[in-house]
Amino acid sequence: MPQPLPQTERDPAGVAGGAAPMVPEPFRVAARRRETPDTWTLELEPVDGDRGMAFEPGQFNMVYAFGVGEVPISISGDPSGEGALVHTVREVGAVSAAICAAEPGEVLGIRGPYGSSWPIAEAEGEDLVIVAGGVGLAPLRSTVLMALSARQSFERVLLFYGSREPEQLLYRGELQAWTADPAIELSVTVDSATGAWAGEVGVVTKPIGRASLDPDRTVAMLCGPEVMMRFAARALRDRGVSAERIHVSLERNMKCAVTQCGRCQFGPTFICREGAVLRLGQLEEIFEVREL
Amino acid sequence: MKLKGIAELLAETGPFIHLGAGQLELIAGCGSNRSLDQGDQLFREGDAADTFYLVRHGRVALQIFVPGRGPVTVETINPGEVIGWSWLFEPYRWHMDASVVEHGSAIAFDGACLRGKCESDHDLGYELMKQFATLLIDRMQTTRLRLLDVYGHAPAAAAD
Repeated sequence: MPQPLPQTERDPAGVAGGAAPMVPEPFRVAARRRETPDTWTLELEPVDGDRGMAFEPGQFNMVYAFGVGEVPISISGDPSGEGALVHTVREVGAVSAAICAAEPGEVLGIRGPYGSSWPIAEAEGEDLVIVAGGVGLAPLRSTVLMALSARQSFERVLLFYGSREPEQLLYRGELQAWTADPAIELSVTVDSATGAWAGEVGVVTKPIGRASLDPDRTVAMLCGPEVMMRFAARALRDRGVSAERIHVSLERNMKCAVTQCGRCQFGPTFICREGAVLRLGQLEEIFEVREL
Repeated sequence: MKLKGIAELLAETGPFIHLGAGQLELIAGCGSNRSLDQGDQLFREGDAADTFYLVRHGRVALQIFVPGRGPVTVETINPGEVIGWSWLFEPYRWHMDASVVEHGSAIAFDGACLRGKCESDHDLGYELMKQFATLLIDRMQTTRLRLLDVYGHAPAAAAD
């Protein structure tokens, strides 16, 4: 017998999205760039004027392709508030394919921003370790941009990025710039490669294993396929980093994003409210529950 | 400046750091320094596996040639890691190619020399076998992880 959903303490009208949190705001596609064969980055601007969108790195929006459907997509842009709203979207179904196909000038619906954010303040004065897998770099790009703009706030900034193959890497122009930037220690790993790739080939846990890390000064932020995050978290734990210092971003399908539909429940946690960014220490036990 | 001997280098990095000084000297007796120049091919699939390497600097790609695709890099070997175990097991033939992708240096070991020492000193042989078993397990585990192709498949939770 289905269990009733727990009562939430949060008024849906009080969450992000204003007085009508289920009503999307129209945003026009200002620019569209292909990242990989199935992943696009869209720059969006509000249709009705000059309202930008304030957000924290790690938050997401519900992006609506009118007449097709709505999906949660992390915000990938510069959190300083300057510039367009940026979403990087991978085609994994009908809705995301429609969003990816939106040409400049077309209008999409946006609700948000929703969810928790990366606890960047916790890393102030310490080593910020970012681990991204595949399209999981998209929810972390804002964090990287913020960290680089406030570089003096951190002792070290390290980015470990794993992907299937070089052709699947996101933000290749920025990766190239970050490679040459002493402000960030970048390690890119692909599962296999052909041609001119002279970088590392292997799993993303390998460079974590040999990196110089001070576990008591490390604050880690992980985003990617769940199995990758599990192994990356294990690699960090093996290096002595406590679960309280590791944060993960979980991905669940959701319909409402305001704790009403229950689609995003992960054990006792609503990903749309407590997540998508969660402390590993909070969920270490349920992270290993296969049924979830 | 005094140049470090091979035994000293082995004590600092790589899979042999836990071995005693005497065993390190035995292993070092089969080793020699070698530079790695970008583009160098250390060995090819099917060649006799008579040498293995401990990378000190640079990066080496392990590759399998696939008709129609060319050489596919399946793993890169970084400083502190060993290239090759085929020298240890019959028929002593390489199963893939190894090419230098980033200039550096390595210690090259004469496989037959080391096998001979392991045969006559079983304590050394056992220690060496333990280190290579660890290496094999590590490579097998990471290969299994990559078999999942985690980046290639969107999670069901994300499907819309």
